[in-house]
This record gives sequence, C-alpha cells and structure tokens, in this order.
Amino acid sequence: RLEMFRKRPPPEEERRVRANDREYNEKFQYASNCIVTSKYNIITFLPVNLFEQFQEVANTYFLFLLILQLIPQISSLSWFTTIVPLALVLSITAVKDATDDYFRHKSDNQVNNRQSQVLIRGSLQNEKWMNVRVGDIIKLENNQFVAADVLLLFSSEPHGLCYIETAELDGETNMKVRQSVSVTSEPGDPNNLASFDGEVVCEPPNNKLDRFCGTLYWRDKKYTLTNQNMLLRGCVLRNTEACYGLVIFAGPDTKLMQNSGRTKFKRTSIDRLMNTLVLWIFGFLVCMGVILAVGNAVWEREVGSLFQSYLPWDPPVDNFLFSAFLSFWSYVIILNTVVPISLYVSVEVIRLGHSYFINWDQQMFCSQCNTAAAARTTTLNEELGQVEYIFSDKTGTLTQNIMSFNKCSINGQTYGKCTHLTHSHTKSCTYLFKVGDSHTHEFFRLLSLCHTVMSEEKSEGELVYKAQSPDEGALVAAARNFGFMFCSRTPGTITIREMGQPVTYTLLAILDFNNIRKRMSVIVRNPEGRIRLYCKGADTVLLERLHPCNQELMNITSDHLNEYAADGLRTLALAYRDLTEDEWEAWAESHRCAGKATSCREDRLAATYDQIEQDMMLLGATAIEDKLQEGVPETIAILSLANIKIWVLTGDKQETAVNIGYSCKMLTDDMTEVFIISGHTVQSVRQELRSALSFELNGGVKQLQCSPPPPSNLTDNISGEFALVINGHSLAHALEADMETEFVSTACACKAVICCRVTPLQKAQVVELIKKHKKAVTLAIGDGANDVGMIKSAHIGVGISGQEGIQAALASDYSFSQFRFLQRLLLVHGRWSYLRMCRFLCYFFYKNFAFTMVHFWFGFFCGFSAQTVYDQYFITLYNIVYTSLPVLAMGIFDQDVPDHRSLEYPKLYEPGQLNLLFNKREFFICIAQGIYTSVVLFFVPYTVLSDATQSTGVPLADHQTFAMTTATALVIVVSVQIALGTGFWTVINHVCVWGSLGSYFTIMFALHSQTLFRIFPSQFHFVGSAQSTLLQPVVWLTIALATAICIVPVLAVRFLKLALRPRLSDTVRKYTKTHVSEGRLGTRGGSRRSGYAFAHQEGFGELITSGKNMRLSSLALATFASRHSSSWIDTLRRKKHTHTHTPPSTSEEPLFGLTKGQMMMMYI
Amino acid sequence: MMASSYNAKDEDGNITVSGPGGGALRSKKPENTAFKQQRLPAWQPILTAGTVLPAFFGIGLFFIPIGIGLYVTSNNIKELEIDYTGSDMSSPCFNCSQSFSWNSTKPCTCTIPFHLDQPYDSNVFMYYGLSNFYQNHRRYVKSRDDSQLNGDSGSLMKPSKECEPYAYFEKKPIAPCGAIANSMFNDTLELFYNNPNGTKVKIPLTSTGIAWWTDKHVKFRNPGGSNPNFTAVFQGTAKPVNWRRPVYELDSDPENNGFINEDFIVWMRTAALPTFRKLYRIIQKKDDLLPTLPRGSYTLEVVYNYPVRSFEGRKRMILSTISWMGGKNPFLGIAYITVGSVCFFLGVILLIIHHKYGNRSNSADISS
Repeated sequence: RLEMFRKRPPPEEERRVRANDREYNEKFQYASNCIVTSKYNIITFLPVNLFEQFQEVANTYFLFLLILQLIPQISSLSWFTTIVPLALVLSITAVKDATDDYFRHKSDNQVNNRQSQVLIRGSLQNEKWMNVRVGDIIKLENNQFVAADVLLLFSSEPHGLCYIETAELDGETNMKVRQSVSVTSEPGDPNNLASFDGEVVCEPPNNKLDRFCGTLYWRDKKYTLTNQNMLLRGCVLRNTEACYGLVIFAGPDTKLMQNSGRTKFKRTSIDRLMNTLVLWIFGFLVCMGVILAVGNAVWEREVGSLFQSYLPWDPPVDNFLFSAFLSFWSYVIILNTVVPISLYVSVEVIRLGHSYFINWDQQMFCSQCNTAAAARTTTLNEELGQVEYIFSDKTGTLTQNIMSFNKCSINGQTYGKCTHLTHSHTKSCTYLFKVGDSHTHEFFRLLSLCHTVMSEEKSEGELVYKAQSPDEGALVAAARNFGFMFCSRTPGTITIREMGQPVTYTLLAILDFNNIRKRMSVIVRNPEGRIRLYCKGADTVLLERLHPCNQELMNITSDHLNEYAADGLRTLALAYRDLTEDEWEAWAESHRCAGKATSCREDRLAATYDQIEQDMMLLGATAIEDKLQEGVPETIAILSLANIKIWVLTGDKQETAVNIGYSCKMLTDDMTEVFIISGHTVQSVRQELRSALSFELNGGVKQLQCSPPPPSNLTDNISGEFALVINGHSLAHALEADMETEFVSTACACKAVICCRVTPLQKAQVVELIKKHKKAVTLAIGDGANDVGMIKSAHIGVGISGQEGIQAALASDYSFSQFRFLQRLLLVHGRWSYLRMCRFLCYFFYKNFAFTMVHFWFGFFCGFSAQTVYDQYFITLYNIVYTSLPVLAMGIFDQDVPDHRSLEYPKLYEPGQLNLLFNKREFFICIAQGIYTSVVLFFVPYTVLSDATQSTGVPLADHQTFAMTTATALVIVVSVQIALGTGFWTVINHVCVWGSLGSYFTIMFALHSQTLFRIFPSQFHFVGSAQSTLLQPVVWLTIALATAICIVPVLAVRFLKLALRPRLSDTVRKYTKTHVSEGRLGTRGGSRRSGYAFAHQEGFGELITSGKNMRLSSLALATFASRHSSSWIDTLRRKKHTHTHTPPSTSEEPLFGLTKGQMMMMYI
Repeated sequence: MMASSYNAKDEDGNITVSGPGGGALRSKKPENTAFKQQRLPAWQPILTAGTVLPAFFGIGLFFIPIGIGLYVTSNNIKELEIDYTGSDMSSPCFNCSQSFSWNSTKPCTCTIPFHLDQPYDSNVFMYYGLSNFYQNHRRYVKSRDDSQLNGDSGSLMKPSKECEPYAYFEKKPIAPCGAIANSMFNDTLELFYNNPNGTKVKIPLTSTGIAWWTDKHVKFRNPGGSNPNFTAVFQGTAKPVNWRRPVYELDSDPENNGFINEDFIVWMRTAALPTFRKLYRIIQKKDDLLPTLPRGSYTLEVVYNYPVRSFEGRKRMILSTISWMGGKNPFLGIAYITVGSVCFFLGVILLIIHHKYGNRSNSADISS
C-alpha cells in the first residue's frame, strides 16, 4: 500500500536490466515479483471500505438524511428510522467485501510464497517468488511454473533449447520451443552464469504475448533478443531438465499480469436502471419538497401568521420563507421512504437466494467430476435473464479436447460404424480387419510412420507419445491399437512394431506440414531397402495429387469423406508412392540445393516437396472426432431459438474452428453464406467486411463494387442466415477504431460468428466492442486462463470448472462443469431471476409510493408542516417488518411457468432481452398505481372519518385514529396487491403474507398496549389507539371501501390484459397441463468439409531430422531402436546422470500430462 | 468394427478423484429436496374469467346492500349544527367575538335560540366544532409532554423541551405544558329548553364519559397519585399562559380534575384535520317514554372565551343522535353503493369483452 503514497515513476520508455547486479537495477525501481490482487489490509479495511461504500449515491444519500434528522427544527422523523437500516446495509456489505478480500489475500500469499531458486553470488539459493527481483538469474526445473518473465540464458537441453507449455497464458495446447541466446548457452556450465554481467535493454512492460524485442550487451557485443528467447510467467517448463533465465519483467509487469485486465465491479443493467430511477425519484422528491415548501410558505404567510397566538414559530424561524426552507428538508426526510434503504438490502437478499438455487440445482450437477454449479458472484442473477450475446471458447468448453479416431476408409471399405466406443473395446476391434490385407497394413503403417510425434518411455513397458496436436496423437495411438506401434525415433530412423515384430525404417526425409501445403509426408526406406513416400493431408490437396489409376477408389473414398464430414468429423486422406533409388537420389539432390538456397528458401523447398508428392496411390481416409461436450448442439440450438447470438472465440486455427462450428450446429448448410475474413491488411479486411455486408443487405446477391457501409439500423431487415468466420490477424484490423462499426454491423447481422486464432486480449476486446456498440447483455464462457480476460470484461463470465484449469472458474461469476448447463442457467435460472427481480422492483416501488405519498396529500391539510400521517413506529417497521417478507418471498420463490416449460419454449426468454418486464414505462405505471393508492388511502378515510364518530359518540377524526385507519388500510391493500402479484404460492409465501398481516396487528396492539406505555410514557403516544380504532365498524367499513377502490381497477386491467393480449408465459401457464411438448431438435447432415487441422504450427520435422533436439552421443544408442526402452528423453536423462542435479521424478508426469490433453500419453 | 478413443483424462482420471487420505470422496451433489430444487408444492392461481368475473359480481352484490343499509341508518340519525362564531353583524355573538382579550376577567355571554323540528330520541351528543384550526400541525402536535401528563413528578417540574415556548412561565414550569394545552378550548356551552309555557329549562349535561377509556385511565394521570390536595401537588408550577384557572381548578370533582379532566383530555387528543369536532357533553336519556330532546325551541348559551377571529376560524355547536355506526355519515353509504354498482357494471363489461375477444388466446399461440 505504501506505493500509493510514493511518487509514481514516470512511465518507462525502455527497460535496462543488468544481470547479477541488484544495486544497478534498483535505481530503476522496477516492480517486484510480489503480486497484490487484494484491496485492503486490516488497517485500511474500515476507512477504504467505508469510503468505497459511500461512493454509492444511495448510501451517501441516506447518510445525508441521517444528518438532517439530527437537526431538531427539521427532524420530522426520529433518527432511528434511518440509522438502523443504514447500519445494517453497511455492515452486510462490509462483511461480504472482507470475505472476498480474504480469499484474494490467501491466493496472493500462495503464489507469492512459491519457492524459486535464485543464483546469488555464485550459489543457488531458495527464495520466495515475491523476493525475486528484476536482474536476478533464476533456475527453473522441469514442470515448474516460470516465476517471472525471464530471458532464457542457458538450458540443459542441446542447442539451448527448452520446451514450454503456454496453456495458462494463451490457452494454446501445443508445446513451444524456446532457445537461449547462443552466446550464453555456450559456456556449457551454468555455474559460469554467476559471473554473467550482460545488460539487457528492451521494451517497457506490455501485454503483447507474442512479441518481445530487446538487445543484450555483453562483452562489447550486441545480440538481438526476440520472443524466441523469452519464457513468460505462467508457462510451464516441459521436457527440459533445467534452465536458467534472467528476470526481465517481474510481478505486475509480467505479460501474464498485464494481460489479466483490471477487476471490474460488475453491475447488472437492472442495477443501472435502478440507480437512474433512484435519481429520478430523488428529483421527484425534491419536486414534492419544493411544492410542499411553497405551500408551507403560502400557508405560513396566510394562515400560520394569524395562528401564532396558538402556535408561535420556533425560535430561529422568524418569517415564512425560513419556515418554508426548513419545511422543505423536513419533507425530504418524510418522503425519503419512496426509496427506502431496504430496497438495496432486499435486492441483495433476493439475489443471494437465487444464487443458492443455482448452487443447489441438481440438474446442473455433473456427477462425473462431482462438481455442482456455483454462483460465485451473487449480484448478477437477473442479468442471466437478459443475455443476448454469448461468447464461447472452443477447446474445453464446446469440445472436450479429446480426439478420437472414429472411422476410416481403407481401400474403398469403410470401417467404424459405432461412434461411441469405450477405450477397452478398441483393441478387440482389430480382428475385424482382414488379417494380412496389405492395404490395411499399409494404412496403419503410414499412420505409425508419417507423423512428428515423439515417444517417451515412462516406467517399464509404458510409452508416452508427445504430439504437437491432439489429432496426430490420436492417429498414432490408433495405429498402435491396431498393431502398428510407433516405438521410437532418431534423426535417421523410425522404429515401429508391426504386429509384434520390431521393424526399423530409415527416415530419409520429412516433408513437414504447413498451412499452405496442408499435408505432410515422410520418405522412408524399409528394411528390405525399398523407398516409399507416405503422405497424409487434407483431401482437397491430396486427391489432386493421385495417380490417375486411382479414379475409382478416389470416388468411393470421396463419398466416404463426405459421410464423415457430414458427421462433423475431421478427415484426412492417406496416400503413398513408391520411389525408385534413382528418383530418390535425384529428388534428394534438388532438395539439398533448395535447402542450401539463401533466398526464397521456403518457396524452393515447397516446390521440391510439391515435385515429389505426385502420382500417389490412395490408401484411404481417416476421420477423427473432436469430441464435443455432452449436449452442445442441443444447447446451442435452444439458445439460438431463444434469440441469443453465439460467438465462438478460439485460439484454434480456422479449419478446426469451422469444423466445430458445423458439428455443434452453429453453422449449417441451410445458411445462405458463410463469410470468411482472413485479410492481412487493413484494406483487404475492410474490403471483405464491406462486401459481406452488402451481400447481406442485398439478400444474398453478391455485389462486387463496395459501397460505403449503410447505417447499422438497416441491418435489421436482413433476410437469410449468414455466418462470419474471422481470423485473428484480420480481427486485429477490424477492431481498430475506424473499422469497428463496420465489423459490428456485419457481424451482428450474422447468425453465428466464429473468431479464430485470437489472443486472449482480442477475446476481451471483441466482448468490449459488442458491449460498447450493441448495449446488449453479453456472456462469456470459457475454461482456460486465456479466457479470463473475456470472462472479466463480459457482463457475465462463466467458467467451466471441474476440468484441470481453475483460472477461468476463479475469474468467473458462475461456474459449472458442462457447457450444456448454460441453457438451464439462462433459460431457467436467469429467466426466473429476471422475472422475480422485475416483479419485486415493480411491487417495491409501488408499495413505497402508496405508503409515502399519503404524507404529501396530508400536507395540504396540516399546514404543510411535515406532520406524518402514521405513527413513527409504523414508519420504521413498514418496510422492515410489515411488508418485507411477502415481497421477498415472491422475489425468491415466484415462478410463472415451470422450469421444463422454459426449456421447451425458448421464446419465453425474449421479454428479458427486450427488457419488457421492468423498464421506465413499467416503473411509471407502478408509480402511478402507487400514487393512485395513496390518494385513495388518504381521501377515503378523510371523507369518511372527518364527521364520523365512534358508537360511543367520540369523534373518529382524531389524528391517531386516522393514522391507524390509514395504516391498516395500507397494509391490507399492499398485502392484497402482493397476493395478486404472486403467481406461485408455496407454503413460505402463505406464511409470509398471512404472517405479515398477523404481525402487523400483533405489533400494533403491542406498541399501543398499556404495558409499554407505563414503562416509556413519553415514547408511546399511541396508547390505546389500536383497541379503540379497530373495534369500530366504521373503521373496518372504511378499510374495506379503500381496499375495494384500490384493487378493483387493478383486477380489471389485469384481466383485460390476460384476455386480450396474453403474454406467451401466460398462455403457457394456462395450458401447461394440457399441452404436450414435442421434440424440436432434429439432426441433419452437413456438407463435406475436409480441412484437417494438423497442428497449431509447423511440426517438429526440422528439429527431428536435424537431430538438434538429440544428443549426438545418444544417437548411437537410439539407433538400436528395437529396444523400445530407449526413447530420446530417457537417453538424455541417462546422460545427465553425471550432473549434480537429479532429474525430476517421472511420477509427476501424468499429472501435468493432463493439461488440455495436449501431451499424448499411451501406456502399453 | 473399430474405433480408437484417445482420451488422456480417462486414463488418469483416478488421480483427481481419490482424495489424499484415500477416504471416500463426499459427493457434492446437491440435496434433492423440493425446496432446493424449487419444486415446492404451490398453488398457482390464474386470473381467468371463471374467477375474476364472479369476484366482480360478488363485490357488487356485497357492497350495494351494505351501502343501502348504511345510507338508511345514516339518514335516520338526527343532527343539528349551529355556528356561533359571531363573525356576522347579525349574529348574537358578534359583540363577544369582537371584544376579546385573553386577560379580561368579565366573561362575555351570548345566547343563540334554535328550534328542533324533530324530537331527539336516545342519548344526544353535544359537540363543539372548530374550523381552520390546525391541531394537526407538526409543531403543535409535538408540543406536549406525555410524561408530565402521565403524572411524572420529574416532568412536572421540568417539562420536555418539546413544549417550548410553553414550557416555562416566569421561570416556573407550566403544567400542563405545550401549545396544545395552552390553546385549550374554553367556551362554556349550556342548553335550555324553552318550554311552550315560557319557562326555560336547563338541560342537564354530563361531562364525563366523553374521553377514551385509555386516555382517562392510563395515559393521563395526576401527579402525586391519589393525593387529593392538588394545590400542594401542583405547587411551584404555573398555569398555561392562556388559561384563566390552573389545571387543578378545572372541575370540582377530584375524579375529573387536574390532568384527568375529560374536557382537557378530549382537547389533548389532537384532531387529524383542520376542521374537527370534539365531544363536549352528553345528554343522557332519562325516560324511556319521552324523547331526550323533544321537539320545540331551545336556547344555546355560550360563555364566549375562545377567540377564533384572529385566524378566521369558526366555532360550532352540534347536537347529534347516534346509531351502531356512530354519527351521521351519508358518504359511506353512498360510496358503498357507488363502488358496488361500478363493480357490477365492470363485471358485465368484462363479461362481454371476454365473450367477444377472449377466446383468441388458445394453444395455437404457444407455438408462435
């Protein structure tokens, strides 16, 4: 907290860090590695929290009222009518804030106290994370989290390589390679690093995850630093025994922290509306006050001055104007009950109740992961009933991130009809293939050879595959299950076990995958010496390169591919080509040339690859299912029927994302057009967006000339369904200020929007964009750390919990374990919450206006003196006791239609989106009704009682009788009104309504009893009023009359509304018993889509063939590939045995292997 | 048949499930209670023609007879009101109203003759009424000390500051303090029956039983308990400024003197509205055969003490008989008849609307 008072240093322009020189680095006052997300400590809690709470207009207002009430000339109500509720509100909020902050402290402490090894004066010392400083050199071990943003100096792996997993950071599930600066890794001995005194000059802290630029000055030489040299906080070190790094950014300056946006206090739109309305009511209050003050001035001048012989002015008052001024404040106090502070408490209580219902919902409980839904924020429930846009992450949210090898087509024969097979079944399936069929063997041989997967032996007989993409892992694993087990590889060989027999192939070349080629090949020589090229790739590219004799097979396979694609599977075609020795030699030569070329090396290589991947023989096709979470298509269908637009924001590549879009029925073939925006420049993106928009506006007729975009309100009358797919790099341009409106209008005209290759920050930006332009309620759902930004910036953030990552769930407002629970959360809980909150607010404003405005009318008859109509105890208790419970019960328990109806008729969700149930119009209706009631409640007793007498002849027009009559009538009228408003009478509602009425009479009789009066004679002026008033038939006749006059019009209007313009919910409610639901979710096929998502980036191909990632000495060992025990990692470990540091225990591996399923594990 | 499921999580799933102690993991499944699952049995009323229309007709049929009954009862009540303010030149009390001063020791008396067209049976209640008198003004209402009035001796000598500026007079505490007490109505009204034979018969007026029982027996107590020596009890206090007599000389009857004087109690029960009436006296029925007030001419004698001219107030004397529902109150009956009829007609109109348009809402709407 001290930093707050210290002078903030000017923003950094560049950062200078000198290794192993704390004194030098301290000059710059770089942030320490201590992370503070908590807001208070014990000392600051009370003042800071109170300060924050009094920033709420409402709280300040009530404090102001309290002060007013302490002035005797003004005080028209005793001070306790305000202070009791105010203290209650403040303390409840404070307790809640304190609890929240306690948990933040706890998590901060846990992170800050993690241990890390720092190289200090030549020796490694254990330090807590928070004590790590910029410029320190720290040692990281395998599977450890990186403590800060560090510059990789030295790695235990060859060539200074080091593998990291960045799932925490950007959600990408593949491993990434980082390389240390060559000069620092050269020494070969990390102990030399103690004397390393290089100086890094780099950019100031920023949130760009994929960019770093800096320079290392060491020994009078300059070395350029890029992102390739950086390990960022939040990454996990993988497959690397140890590495050393120089801390560049620490704590809040790290890219992770820079990316995790500020914690914003979320408010619901009802909250905002409520605050506006409270301001209006305040204005109204001032108006009333002014009217009554003017009245007071006139009265005091015309009447009061003459009346002075009986009632002189209070000492400081010497003229009517001053009296009017005081009267204004007195009336402000009296009329403040139009916005009672109990409104805020009640709203919180209702939301808390709704949150508990969410937590308790069995139908949102996932028994597999033993996780119930959790409402982590209790203040947003009703907003769940108003959602218009859902932003969803893909991996882990829509999909399970489990790839399963589902079907295949071998030589024109399709296999794999059943889609849901458990793991144990798969092995027995092998024999369904024709044993010995050469095509089948070749098919699986290809799968076991043509890939860039690494294998690693764990303990005895266990092989773990490490693949860059889950797809590849699934394919290799499938081949293993069918008898072709990939065992190990060296730069020059691949060893597999074919039906139990170890066979070693010589690896001649890997023609690696990239996005343009969309295929990969290997050229291998089998033990017999034959050379063969195996190729797998997207069918679109592969089928063109087949030998003409494959025509017939190609047609059959093509049909199969179509089938698979229709099931939403990710397909891949497989082919091979036999090469003669001469062909190979010739090609190898040209390949070598291309590889050596200095200019256009990539293009030349691609050309040579292209040259050999010709005239191939088709083997078949595979289909991989990217398993969706349970019920995803149904949920999406129901949500879109409820008029909710769903956007998928994913870090995946376009093809994957589109595929998932189809398989979860976001994209359908019925769609008029699916626009794909993938331009790299501002101009091209703009062009694409405009043409898409004009296409939409013209009902599907493509226009070539691009007209400036029409105003966005035109986009409402778009016919046809469109979808938009936009790439991350295009999105970056589309999100720029001058194009964002175009983007929004194009995207919002589409039924589905998919953004792929987006960064976490972009996810948040997209959400912000929609929030800004559409004024709609947004919901973001995700499961990974990369979704945190979007979860935080959306109105409602939902985290998928129960899986491995908890960052998203921790940042979220609601968490549950299955995407499909979203429909229940929104359509059932959200809808009910919204309905209940709206009914609650309508009624609440009504009852307080009915209550308070009586004072206004009375003002005209009591010389505008701010005399209250009611007993002061009644005023104190009206909102707290007499009328609070029934409306709370309604606000918590009310239901208009049962939960399954909400799911059957998603249209029932619409009133929430259109904000129909509580808006300014509804508010005015409530107010008008309240004022009407107050008129009736004042003037009916006024006319009846003014001349009436008791049956004993005593007049009834005394103030106390009048107060009792009005108060009783008021309590009865509002009770009848809540009875009419309650649609779902549970036992609790009955108890509350009848109990409140009962408590009113009981408390009244108690407060007016002789016993209390005898104890405090000066406090209970109303002694005996209840008895003598409520025994009078005239009083009851008056109450009945007032009630009838208040209720009859309401009843008539409600009935007319129901009869003439029933809402859908009314109709559903009415026919809920007779109507039988019909299934509304059909399944249908999809078009052929063949984009096989190979990997997130280029494979390890080059690394493998160059042998860079293997020790030279270990190569020899590994050549004896028949020994499956010798995986390259293991070899490595054995070599390292001489080192002082023991390798990390392998038993930890499976735990980390779980993350995002990105590491392939296979136990043999 | 073939399929390979690549599922890392399944294989390692047991790691996450088993707890550290190896103990059975408690299921976090929420309880399946009707309350928690929001499935409490509930009555779900719907406003249908079958419930609303009978309600309207019911209210109508219920209210109209009551209204008629009330109206008839109210019409049977006899009431006479005489304004004796004396603001007109012609008024008998004109002189008294003009020549007023709080300090005058000589009472001003005026006589108002009036005539009863009908005999008044049963007990007759005599009220005084004031208009334009703001007993409900906030400063007026709070200007009293209930502790003092309840006989608290501490408050007697040290009145609450709410009573200001009528708390102390010449350093002596005022008993009873406050603006209400200070402005107590102090006209004396007397009724005479002008016998046809020319004699004036004073009609006996009962001055007790005119206050609430709780006021008389609980709220108002004389200080000093049952000490009959009021002079000693109120020793050291001052009378209210406007009063002519101290509070312990209001009546000779000790049960109706001091703070428990019923005229005083009645006055202290502040009115809700600026025009009000307060019970002054009761004329008890003596004889079952004779009317309490026979037809004929009467005289009202007023000792005019209470000035209202300064604030344009009016003073009235009201004579009224009473029924089970109190005094004359035509409004209540009329209101009941009106509300009843309106309900009835609304019912008819809604019935027509329901028959004409109400059938639109059928299940076909649901699917839309």
